[in-house]
Amino acid sequence: MLQFVFRRLLQAIPILLAVAGLIFLLFSVIPGNFASTQISDGRAVMDAEAVERMNRQFGLDQPLATRFATYVGKLATLDLGTSFRTRQPVWHLIGERLWPTMQLAFASMMFAILIGVPLGFLAALRPGGIVDTVSMVTAVSGLSLPKFWLGLMLMYLFALQLGWLPSFGYGDGALRNLILPSIALGVAPLALLARTTRAAVLEIMNADFVRTARAKGMSERRVVQWHLARNALVIVLTTVGLQFGSVIGQAVVIEKLFAWPGLGSLLVDSVSLRDIPVVQGCILVIVLFFLVVNMLVDVLAAIIDPRIRYS
Amino acid sequence: MKLRANLVIGGALFATVVVAGALAPFLAHTDPVMDANLMNAEVAPGSEFWFGTDAQGRDIYSRVLYGARISLTVGIVSQLINTVIGVCLGLSAAYWGGWWDDFVNGLTNLMLAIPSLIFALAIMAILTPGLTSLLIALGLTNWSYTCRLSRASALSLKSQGYVQAAKVLGYGDIRIMLTQILPNILGPIIVIGTLGMGGAVLAEASLSFLGLGIRPPFPSWGSMLSDARDQITTAPWISIFPGLAIFMTVLGLNLLGDGLRDILDPQSRARTA
Repeated sequence: MLQFVFRRLLQAIPILLAVAGLIFLLFSVIPGNFASTQISDGRAVMDAEAVERMNRQFGLDQPLATRFATYVGKLATLDLGTSFRTRQPVWHLIGERLWPTMQLAFASMMFAILIGVPLGFLAALRPGGIVDTVSMVTAVSGLSLPKFWLGLMLMYLFALQLGWLPSFGYGDGALRNLILPSIALGVAPLALLARTTRAAVLEIMNADFVRTARAKGMSERRVVQWHLARNALVIVLTTVGLQFGSVIGQAVVIEKLFAWPGLGSLLVDSVSLRDIPVVQGCILVIVLFFLVVNMLVDVLAAIIDPRIRYS
Repeated sequence: MKLRANLVIGGALFATVVVAGALAPFLAHTDPVMDANLMNAEVAPGSEFWFGTDAQGRDIYSRVLYGARISLTVGIVSQLINTVIGVCLGLSAAYWGGWWDDFVNGLTNLMLAIPSLIFALAIMAILTPGLTSLLIALGLTNWSYTCRLSRASALSLKSQGYVQAAKVLGYGDIRIMLTQILPNILGPIIVIGTLGMGGAVLAEASLSFLGLGIRPPFPSWGSMLSDARDQITTAPWISIFPGLAIFMTVLGLNLLGDGLRDILDPQSRARTA
């Protein structure tokens, strides 16, 4: 098992390096930089000398290769650089925002798993029945809903009309503040998980080993518990891992809507200000988070299904 | 029965949006950008203004109709770009193999590791917000699934007898890929393209909502929702109708994609239900 984990860790390193290189190159081709953006947006009045001084200070006057070497060198020591805007270390800015984003991502995935998986399971046990029809209509609708619109509607109903929950804000991470953004963010993964679970269970239900178990006289409860649930779990787990990436991506919009002080809102603010070190840092941390979650999912899948370990 | 229901409902919804967008100049009651009138600000839906008016007194019904043009343009064009990139890379990787296959595989893994909305956001940071920038950002960030699918399908076909026969007849590589392999993998690609179109419509709306897509006063559904946030308490209809329009369009495309999958890619039906 340790060898499996080690192999997965090694696979993540080149992907991270490639993402870092790609993001660096992407932002190096921008015509203009932080200083010129400040001037063109009317945020600051600077003469040519001040712009030059600023570029020198941030190392933007260096050749591309030198800047890339410096960037990679700093990355190797886990230094993500300094924000152009606040002059604070990027790690510090990201560190403040990481926990709220993780809270939101985990809460929405928990919501999706706790409702989506049982819904898909129940739908598959009676294909064509009422539960199946209702859950699949819900699933297709859930996948088609714009999350920010759903969030806006939830905010209107539960916060502004009924007054049950706060309409926006972090509120020191209180559960009350987490409910609406998590539901808005979790509906799409819920829909996908319901569909995937249903498909996985239906496929396994027709497998030879399930038929054999039933032929041996095993009770339906044991068949579901030992054969269906266990085998479907691996497929469901993989979907959960992949959905984390999508949730983190979509969190950008939900965080902005609910004024949630997470990584997504930091990223959007930094994008509009061209605070490149922060944008690069946010993207790298999001990719790292996605890779780590998927690695954990792979390890869990390998524990449940030994065939994965040896493949 | 299910097959027909998917196709019919999805097709009808999508056709409604296409017709609404195409005939917007004839169906709209007012100009969606110019006809602002503060005397009519935040009028509730009624016989004069079917969907009500926004904070500037503009007719939401007319703006929703014109918004369909932007959403459909972004959805269709960006998905076409994604499909062309994905198919070209996937087909050539499967057919030529070797270092090119390794390179394409690495690039695909890289793209899959970055959430596509985040990547599109990063590209929008480089470009000036607008329709062309959106098409580029969304067209370059969502080709990895098409690439994977084309590669996998082409790999299973390249050793088939008719492909070998074409080689013996002296067909060039490109000709074999385009005339012998591509037509046989088109079904799943059309399905994933249709489903991807829905995703592109949602992504456009999200970017415009964040202020990085279509800029006001042009009527994109996402930017209309972004403007409507401040009036959610006093005039909720400003938010309801653009959101419903996005939902209808994406639902139509998703149902259409599902229906097409049942017909064009029946093998995957069991896998994805």
